[in-house]
Amino acid sequence: MSERILTVDDSASMRQMVAFTLQSSGYEVVEAEDGLAGLAAAQREKFRLVLCDVNMPNMDGIALVKALRQLPDYRYTPLLMLTTESGQDRKLEGKQAGATGWLVKPFNPEQLIATIQRVLG
Amino acid sequence: MNRPQQPAMAGIDLSRFHQTFFDESAEGLDLMEAALLRLDPAIPDGEAINAIFRAAHSIKGGAATFGFSELAGFTHLLETLLDGVRSGAQALHGNDIDLLLRAVDALRGLLAAARGDGKADTSTVNALLAALQQRLQAAPTPGSGSTTSSRAPAAPQRGWRIAFQPSRELFASGNDPLRILRELSRLGDCEIGCDVQALPTLAQAQAEHCYLAWRIDLIGDCERTAIAEVFSWVEGECELSIEPLSQEPVNAARVPLAVIDGGRASEPAASNDHRSDGGSIRIGTGKIDSLINLVGELVITQAMLQQLADALDPVLNEKLLHGLSQLDRNTRELQEAVMSVRMLPVDFVFSRFPRMVRDLAAKLGKQVRLVLSGEHTELDKGVIERIADPLTHLVRNALDHGLETVEQRHASGKDATGTLRLSAAHQGGHIVIAVSDDGRGLDRAKLIAKAQERGIAASEQLSDGEAWQLIFAPGFSTATEVTDVSGRGVGMDVVKKNIEGLGGAVEISSQPGHGMSITIRLPLTLAILDGMSVRVGEEVMIVPLNCVVESLQPQPEQIRSLSQQAQVVKVRSEFVPLLPLHQLFSIAAAETRPEAGILVLLEAGGRKVAVLVDELVGQQQVVVKSLEHNYRRVPGISGATILGDGRVALILDAPEIIRLSTQAQAA
Repeated sequence: MSERILTVDDSASMRQMVAFTLQSSGYEVVEAEDGLAGLAAAQREKFRLVLCDVNMPNMDGIALVKALRQLPDYRYTPLLMLTTESGQDRKLEGKQAGATGWLVKPFNPEQLIATIQRVLG
Repeated sequence: MNRPQQPAMAGIDLSRFHQTFFDESAEGLDLMEAALLRLDPAIPDGEAINAIFRAAHSIKGGAATFGFSELAGFTHLLETLLDGVRSGAQALHGNDIDLLLRAVDALRGLLAAARGDGKADTSTVNALLAALQQRLQAAPTPGSGSTTSSRAPAAPQRGWRIAFQPSRELFASGNDPLRILRELSRLGDCEIGCDVQALPTLAQAQAEHCYLAWRIDLIGDCERTAIAEVFSWVEGECELSIEPLSQEPVNAARVPLAVIDGGRASEPAASNDHRSDGGSIRIGTGKIDSLINLVGELVITQAMLQQLADALDPVLNEKLLHGLSQLDRNTRELQEAVMSVRMLPVDFVFSRFPRMVRDLAAKLGKQVRLVLSGEHTELDKGVIERIADPLTHLVRNALDHGLETVEQRHASGKDATGTLRLSAAHQGGHIVIAVSDDGRGLDRAKLIAKAQERGIAASEQLSDGEAWQLIFAPGFSTATEVTDVSGRGVGMDVVKKNIEGLGGAVEISSQPGHGMSITIRLPLTLAILDGMSVRVGEEVMIVPLNCVVESLQPQPEQIRSLSQQAQVVKVRSEFVPLLPLHQLFSIAAAETRPEAGILVLLEAGGRKVAVLVDELVGQQQVVVKSLEHNYRRVPGISGATILGDGRVALILDAPEIIRLSTQAQAA
């Protein structure tokens, strides 16, 4: 059974790119378009990893990471943030909220896959 | 993380996401504009500013990811300014709104340029960039535009000694020391020693705490930054020191540390490419194509040997013949295996449709359910790339013209939600892709009236099938009004031409009031062709089998001369233009009398032509070679192949031959 990953991003093109890239590497991907939808999806099932954008309407990525870490199922789950270079302080905010790490935008599919494979081993 | 200046495009082709990016960016700009227009600089509404910022931020992220650097650079400035406003570091002035609105306009221009619709107005863009920059100078923000990575040119070291002591709570951020050790082991040979001193007794231990610390000797020419990168996610969650190992050779007699296998440490240590993974590797299509070519040559050589072997005494040469038949089998399997490398699931095209259909349906005010099936059906990458546009066109058409609005569907007693089906399946050596809807179907009377109005020959006597084919006529459009969804009706003839260019065929079926279905039948690959070999004089030529309707030996009375040059042949009740191939290609010593040769009836684009050849030689699969690459383009010829006996045979381009023949008739 392939591993299921949740990707949360308000940008459809980014979501599609992430989903397509991960799917072509054999992962199953569920998409959510903002933090609230992401949290709801995470409550429905336990994902192996969550990728989330930082700037989103209806609950941003940092609040989502915080909320996810409160869920018993997600205490140790890798939660990766997609940040931009200009968002250095948000990285720290994210870390404090409980994020595992980050991937800096812009990234290409190869970098995404390399990161995911590093985390999932 | 490595941060290349240019997003590398290797591997996955990002252009498939461009359309979505353009669409969402256009939406984002609309949203920015609307929010800006509502914004009162005196009492800025936090949520509105946030929304504007988010839109700029999304566009920037997408633009950078998909390689639109101008767009990314511009939005970056805009975003920086908006971020300042958002955080309160920048006050918003009255003329800022104006500046921002002009920036939105400039972004529209840049977006259009990225899409390929014209060029952005460089002077305006530059002026705005300067204005934004000036505006930003009022309150300097951290220089986030330039790359901050300070790459200290660390001299190659023999290795590094790393002391890594994670905090107890490391696991709580989802990090795992094993992952870090695994990554280190990819940078070079690692000797890893584990410090268990802090480990409490079992009774006292908290299962969720990390008590271990590690000392790692990493042998290899990697830079300190590469190691620091591995630990970047756990900065602040561990104590870390990275020191160069002493220059003296690694002392083999040192107290051996427990070596932990980092999972893949057995890989060649110096390998810089950590990306290749057991499951798959990426290869340039050029390499695959040259492999396919080589296998093609092998197939030809094998066929040549087979032909020579046919002349040998089967008893005397039993072992040789046995070997040859084994070679034959192996070659075939090799060919199939190599061809399968180029095969991709049709999902590569299909996956764009859910989003597109959703957006279009919303735009048109229709309710649509999209049903995909057979997404995993595989076909050649070359075919996939060239089928995307025609399919997009068909889907748009179905949504725009085929499916009715909710009210219309209610009125005709249908489910308010229309269904659009996209399916793919293998049938013989072909793939069949169908786009069907349960909409209004084609209106025969309307089609014929429209065709006549457009000056296209059409009469009431046309069969249904012929009437449906009218939508493929150049200049035909079923929509009375031009919509921005399906465009101006320039597409369907192009769709058909593109598909026929791939050696495929399009069929339409329609039930008025119940919807229509367009079926595309395509060869699985462009590299191999099912052909009929025919002889003309001394030449052997290949006729694509999918264009052959029938072959016949005509009786003299079936042939009619229209003029000195033009002849037609009566096949049952139909007159078909007759084209002697020897005449078209100036081949000497060929049969010139139709009744003494053989006529092969070809059909493409709804038209027929009968070509005169001397004899039918056989039917075979041929490996297509480009004539253009190796020689030059020849009218009426789509490519060449090498026959079993080593001779070159030209492959007829049936649609073009038909076009040439109709031109000749008209002349």
